[in-house]
Amino acid sequence: MEHQQRPCLSLGPVYYLWDGPKWRDFYFRIADEAPVAHVVIGETVCSKREHFIEPHVADVVERLEAAGKQVVFSSLAMVTLERESQRVRALVRDSTHPVEVNDLAALGLIKGKPHSIGPLVNVYNAATARLLAGRGAVNICLPPELPMRSVREIASSMPDVSFEVFAFGRMPLAISARCAHARSKGLVKDNCQFICGEEPDGLPLRTLDRQSFLVLNGVQTMSHSCVALVGELDDLGAAGIARIRLSPQDCDMVAVAKLYQSVMEGRLGSEEAIDRLQAIYPAAPFSNGFYHQKEGAAWIAKGRTAGLGL
Amino acid sequence: MELICPAGTPSAFREAVDAGADAVYCGFRDETNARNFPGLNFSRDELAQSIQYARKHGVQTFVALNTFMRAGDEALWYRAADDAVRLGADAVILADFGLMAYVAENHPEQRLHVSVQASASNRDAIQFLVEAFNAKRVVLPRILTTQDIARLTRQLSCEVEVFAFGGLCVMAEGRCSLSSYATGKSPNMNGVCSPASHVKYREDGEEMVSELGGYTINRFGAGEASGYPTLCKGRFEIDGAETYAFEDPVSLDIMDHLDQLRDAGVSALKIEGRQRGKAYVAEVVSILKKALSAEPAARPALISRLRLMSEGQRTTSGAFEKRWR
Repeated sequence: MEHQQRPCLSLGPVYYLWDGPKWRDFYFRIADEAPVAHVVIGETVCSKREHFIEPHVADVVERLEAAGKQVVFSSLAMVTLERESQRVRALVRDSTHPVEVNDLAALGLIKGKPHSIGPLVNVYNAATARLLAGRGAVNICLPPELPMRSVREIASSMPDVSFEVFAFGRMPLAISARCAHARSKGLVKDNCQFICGEEPDGLPLRTLDRQSFLVLNGVQTMSHSCVALVGELDDLGAAGIARIRLSPQDCDMVAVAKLYQSVMEGRLGSEEAIDRLQAIYPAAPFSNGFYHQKEGAAWIAKGRTAGLGL
Repeated sequence: MELICPAGTPSAFREAVDAGADAVYCGFRDETNARNFPGLNFSRDELAQSIQYARKHGVQTFVALNTFMRAGDEALWYRAADDAVRLGADAVILADFGLMAYVAENHPEQRLHVSVQASASNRDAIQFLVEAFNAKRVVLPRILTTQDIARLTRQLSCEVEVFAFGGLCVMAEGRCSLSSYATGKSPNMNGVCSPASHVKYREDGEEMVSELGGYTINRFGAGEASGYPTLCKGRFEIDGAETYAFEDPVSLDIMDHLDQLRDAGVSALKIEGRQRGKAYVAEVVSILKKALSAEPAARPALISRLRLMSEGQRTTSGAFEKRWR
C-alpha cells in the first residue's frame, strides 16, 4: 500500500460480571480519558447477567459518543436457549449501532448490514474472511490463537477490510454449557446466584503443583496470563492491521490505553512499556506465545529466545 | 436412527461395516481432520478401497475435513476435499466456512455435513449454514439438552446428528484453545487435543504426576489408577480446594435417552473414537445396533455391557440432561 495508516485502539467488551455502577463508571472514565476510537459494549459471556448493565447502557452510549468514540454492541458468544435467540434477533434487528458478531446466529441474521466480527468467531484464513466480508463484515477481530504468519497472510490478501488483533487482556480460551465458576462454589448454572460477580478479574485456577494456569469467568475459561502485544505493534502496523484491541481487565485501562498509544506513536520503547504495563496490571504475567507460533502461555521477549511464562 | 461409526484405520473401517454401521466416518492422514494422531487415518488409496467395501455392503462413508484451514496453506484442505469427492465420499464433514464455500461452489452436488467443530447450536446458526452452503446435516455441539434438541429439530430444514457414545468434550467444540494454550497444538489448527507429544508422567514420592506441556494435570495416589492428562478432565486447585474443575474423567453415554432422541427427530447417532482399536469399534457398534432395535426391557443388559467399554468405566449423559450444567 502507498501510505500506511497507523492503527487505532479499540476497547473490547468487559467479559466479566461487574456490578452496574462499576461498569458505568468504567465507561464514563474511558469516554473522558482513554485514547480509544472504538468501544465494544454489552454482555458477551452469559445471558443471565444482562440485567446488571441494562439500566446504564443508554448513559454509557451517550457519554462515549459525546467523546467521539464509535460504539459497537457485542452479541452473545453462545446461544442455546430460545430466550437467547430472541435477544440476538432483537439486537440485529433493532440496534442503532454496529453489532459485533460472536456467534453463528448473529452471523446468519445480520447478512447485508455492515457489522464487525468478534474474536470468538473462527476466522483462520482469508477464504473465511472473504466470505464474511461478502456478507457485510467491515471489521474482523482475529482469534487470539492466530500466529503472526496467519495474521499477515489474511490482512494482506484483503486490504479493503479492517482487521483487528487482540493485543491486551486475558484470552478467552473456551466456553461451556456448564458453569465451572458456579460449580467451584457448590452451585449450578441454573441457580448460580451470580457468584461470578465475586471475581471481577476472574477466579484463578491453579495446577495441583500451584502453577498459575487459567481463570474462570462464569461459563468462559480464560488464560491466567495476560496477552501483551507491545513489541509486536510495529509489525502489526506494517501488516496493515487497522485496530489494536485492548480487552478490559480490572485495572486502570485508561493507563493501559495511553501506554499503547505512546508505543504506537513512537514516544515509548517497548521494553520500558512492558515494565510499566506490569506495574499497571500486576495480577498476571504477560504472554504472546500464540503470536509467535508457540504455546499460548509463552512469553517471547523481544530479540531474545523463548521462555515459558508460567 | 442411523448409526455413524468411527474408523481410524482401514481394518477398523471393515469391522464397523461388518458390525452393522449405517455409515462410517474417517479422515485423511494429515492435519485436515480433528483426529490427526500418529499411526491413524487413511491414504487416498485406503479411502478408495474402504469406500468400495462400504458400498458393496450398502454402507455410507463420511469424510471428516473438520479442522480450520491454515492461512496460506489452504491448498492442502482444498485438495483433500477434491479427493474425497472424487473417491466417492457420501458426505464431507466440514467446520471451516472458507472450506464450506469452496465445496459448495466447486462441488455443488456433494453432500455437506456441518461438523460439531463448527459449533452451530441454535436455529439461526444452522439456517445460516443451510442457506449459505446448502448443508444437509448438522452435528450438534454437546452443549444442548434433549429438550433443546427436540425444540431445535422441529425448526430446521436439515437433518440432525448427535454424539451418543465415547469421549466427551466439556467445552463447546471448535471454540476451545485450552490445548494450544498449554502445548501450542489445538483441535482447530492441528487436529489434536492434549497431544501425547506433550505428555509426561513422573513419580513424586508415592504419587504419579501427569503433565501436559509442563503443567500438572493430575496427581494420583498409590493404588489410584492414573489416567491420560486430557486438559479439561484434570484435577486443579481453586481457592484451596482440589477438584475436577471442569469434568470428572468420564465418557459420554446417552443410551438412556434413545427414545427421547428418536422422538425428537434426530436422524443419526454418532460414536466418538477414531483413535480406538478395531475390537472396540466392532463391539460398540454391534451392541448399539442391538440396543437401537431392542425392546426397552431388553436394553439395560446391553447397556451395562457397553458401559464396561467406557473410559474409566464411568459415564455421563453430559449436557443432554439439564442438571449437568
